[in-house]
Amino acid sequence: MTNEILIAGFGGQGVLFAGKCLAYEGLEENKQVSWLPSYGPEMRGGTASCGVIISDEPVGSPIVSKPTILIAMNLPSLDRYEKDTVSGGKIFVDSSLIAREVERKDVDAFYIPATRLANELGTPTLANMIILGKMIKETGLVTLESATEAMKHVVSAKRASLLEANIKALQTGYNY
Amino acid sequence: MKVFDKPKALTDAPLHYCPGCTHGIIHRLVAEAIDELGIEGKTVGVAPVGCAVMAYDYFACDMVEAAHGRAPAVATGLKRAMPENIIFTYQGDGDLASIGMAETVHAATRNENITIIFVNNAIYGMTGGQMAPTSLPGQVTQTSPYGRDVKTAGYPIKVSEMLSALDAPYYIERVAVNNVKNVRNAKKAILKAFKNQVEGKGFSLIEIVSTCPTNWGMTPSQALEWVDTNMIPYYPLGVYKDKGAQKKED
Amino acid sequence: MSNKVLMKGNEAIAEAAIKAGCRHYFGYPITPQTEIAAYMAKRMPKIGGTFLQAESEVSAINMVYGVAGAGYRVMTSSSSPGISLKQEGISYIAGADLPALIVNVQRGGPGLGGIQPSQSDYFQATKGGGHGDYRLIVVAPASVQEMADLTIKSFDLSDKYRVPAMLLADGTLGQMMEPVSLPDIEVKEVEKPWAVRGTKGERKHNIVNSLYLNPEKLEQTNFERYERYAEIEKNEVMYEEFMMEDAQYCVVSFGIASRISKNAVVEARKQGIKVGLIRPITLWPFPKAVLKKAAETVKGFISVELSMGQMIEDVKLAIDCSRPVVLCNRTGGMIPSPEQVLESIKNMAKEVK
Repeated sequence: MTNEILIAGFGGQGVLFAGKCLAYEGLEENKQVSWLPSYGPEMRGGTASCGVIISDEPVGSPIVSKPTILIAMNLPSLDRYEKDTVSGGKIFVDSSLIAREVERKDVDAFYIPATRLANELGTPTLANMIILGKMIKETGLVTLESATEAMKHVVSAKRASLLEANIKALQTGYNY
Repeated sequence: MKVFDKPKALTDAPLHYCPGCTHGIIHRLVAEAIDELGIEGKTVGVAPVGCAVMAYDYFACDMVEAAHGRAPAVATGLKRAMPENIIFTYQGDGDLASIGMAETVHAATRNENITIIFVNNAIYGMTGGQMAPTSLPGQVTQTSPYGRDVKTAGYPIKVSEMLSALDAPYYIERVAVNNVKNVRNAKKAILKAFKNQVEGKGFSLIEIVSTCPTNWGMTPSQALEWVDTNMIPYYPLGVYKDKGAQKKED
Repeated sequence: MSNKVLMKGNEAIAEAAIKAGCRHYFGYPITPQTEIAAYMAKRMPKIGGTFLQAESEVSAINMVYGVAGAGYRVMTSSSSPGISLKQEGISYIAGADLPALIVNVQRGGPGLGGIQPSQSDYFQATKGGGHGDYRLIVVAPASVQEMADLTIKSFDLSDKYRVPAMLLADGTLGQMMEPVSLPDIEVKEVEKPWAVRGTKGERKHNIVNSLYLNPEKLEQTNFERYERYAEIEKNEVMYEEFMMEDAQYCVVSFGIASRISKNAVVEARKQGIKVGLIRPITLWPFPKAVLKKAAETVKGFISVELSMGQMIEDVKLAIDCSRPVVLCNRTGGMIPSPEQVLESIKNMAKEVK
C-alpha cells in the first residue's frame, strides 16, 4: 500500500512542517517514507508544497505528481492540484480560506475551517496541524498515537509549550 | 672567521631569476627571518604563479604551489588545518593584486594569521613584460605599448593603502630593496611579519617595491635607480597599519 | 520506531562527512545545496573543526587545496554554476594528487540556468571539467541514506588512491528527507607522508605541486596517475541491478532518475514486459562490464536522464553500440515522470524485437 500525499498552501502556513510531521508519523509506524519540498522563491510568500510518500514498499520516485491525498490550504493550491488527484483519492480543504467546493465527483472531499479553528485555539499558525489531524482521522493513514509520538521528534523538547500546542491542534482537527 | 652564509631555510637549488632581479634578495630575507625565529620545521610556504612560481624549490620548508592568485586562500586552508604551523605566501603583483585580489582582501579582512610577502615590480615578468595592476601611469609595457593610459587602463592599485582601510589586518608595511638601507628595513619588516604570526597576532603583509631590469629594459643599476625616481614616489615606503604600535600608543 | 531519523539529503552529506572525520569545510552559498553549509556552520565550531564561508567558490576550492595538501580530510560543496567556478582548483587538486571531496548538488544549466534538479553536469564530472589529463572518482547516490554512505565511501576512496572524489547529486536528493541511519564509524587513518605539515627538521621538504616544466616528467607523472586510475577501474566499480535476471530490455539511469525508472520498470513488468534496470553508482569508473554483459541478452537499452543525454554516450561505448540505445529525458530542471519512462519502455518493446 502506497499513499502519496501532497500538502500545498502559502509560504508561511507551515505546509513543509506539516509534511515533515506526517513523514515522521509514517516512520513511527515503521513505514517507508519520503518527503520532498518545492524549493526556491516560493518559500518567500508564494505557493509552497511538499510531497510525502508513506508506503509498505521502498519508495521509488519521491515525486508526488498524482496525489492519493491532497491537502489544500489555499485556493491556488486547490485550483492547481485538484485535477492531479487520483480518482478515488481524498481532498482536504481549509474552508476558512477556500470559498469553493471540490468540483471533482470521483474523489472524497473533506472541509474543515482549519484557520478559524487555529485562531480560536489562540495558535493562528497551527492550521496546518488541525488539517493534518482531520486527514489522519478520515484516512486512517496513521494512528493519533503515532502522530502524537512523532510530534516529539519534530518539535524540540526544549520548547515544551510549543509541543503541547501542536498536539492540541492535531487533536482538535482529529476530533472535528 | 665565517662572516656570511646561506640561510638554512634556502635549499642549494640555483635560482632561475634574471640577473639583477631582486627576488634573490627577498628570498634571502624571508629565509633569514625563518632561521632567526627557528621556525623552519613548522613553516609551510605557498608559491604563486609568476616569476616566483618555482619558489618551492628554493625554500627548504614544506611548500605548496598555488594556482594564480589563490595563494591566500590556500594559505587560509593550511592555517585553519594547522594553526600551530607558520604559513606564508610569496606573491607578485599580478598574482596578488589582479587575479587574486578577492583572495587577498578577504584573507586580510578575516585577519587570517598568515604572512604575505608581496613583491611589487609593476610588471608581469614571467610572461614577458605585460602591464600589471601596479604598472605606473605612462609605463610602457608589452600590453601598454604607448604607456599606461589611465583613461582606458585605470590607475595602479596601491595595495598597502587599500588594505589598510580595512579594520581587520594587523600589520601592513611597504619597503624596498634597492639599497642597503632599504634592504635592512625590509629585513626588519619581514621578520616582524613572521613574528606577528608566531605570536598569533594576525594578518601581516609586507609589500616590497622591487625591480624587473629585463622587462623594464634597463641595466640592474638603472632599475634600482628607477625604483627611487619613479616607483617610491608613487608607492611611498612606510608602515601603513600596525595594530601593535597603535596599542602601545593607547 | 527504528533508530532512523529523517534528514534532508544535504544534511545527511554534512553529518556523514563529520562522521568520516572531515573537520574542514569551505563553501559559498548557492541553491539547492546551502543546507550543507548551514549544517557545517552549526556543527564545526562545536567539534573543533573549520567552517568558513569563502569569498567565492574559487577561493573555497583553493582553501580545500590547502587543507588537502596538509593531509587532512576536507570538503566543499556547491551546485552547478558554482562547480564550474571550482574547476580550476579541482584540476590543481587532481594534478597534485590530493584527496578531497567535492559535492555537486546539481541544478539546471547552462549558465545561471535554474534552481531545479538536473543531471546535466554528467560530462563535467566524468570527463574532466577542468583542464588536463585527469579523472575524478564520481559517485551518484539515489537516496538520502546513500548520500551519507557514499560521502563516507568517497573520503575513503579518495584517500586510498590520492584522487579527488565528487559526489554527484541533484536538487531533489539534496532537498528531500528520508529516514537515514548514521552509526558512528571507525575512521581509518591513512598514512600521508607526502603532506605538508612542516619538516620538523626531520626530512627533506615536501612539495605539493602540479607544475612540471619538463614535458617528459609531466608525461611520466600522468602515466603514473593513469595507472592508479586503472586500479580504480578494476577495483571500485559500483552499480545496482534491478529485475535484470530475465530482462529483455534494460533501463540505465542513476541518482534520482533511477528511482523514477524503478517505478516504471515495476509497472512495465506488471504489463508483461521483461525489463530491468542497471543503476551506475560510480559514474567514473563507469560500470562498463555489467552493461557489456547485459548486452549479450538484452535487446535494447533506454538511458533515462535529467539532461539532453550525456550518460547515454557511455552506455553506447560500454556495449560497443551492439544494441539500440534510446534516450528518455527531461532537462532544465524538469523531471521525467514514471509514465514517460514506461511509455519509452513500451515503445522499445514494440519496436525492438
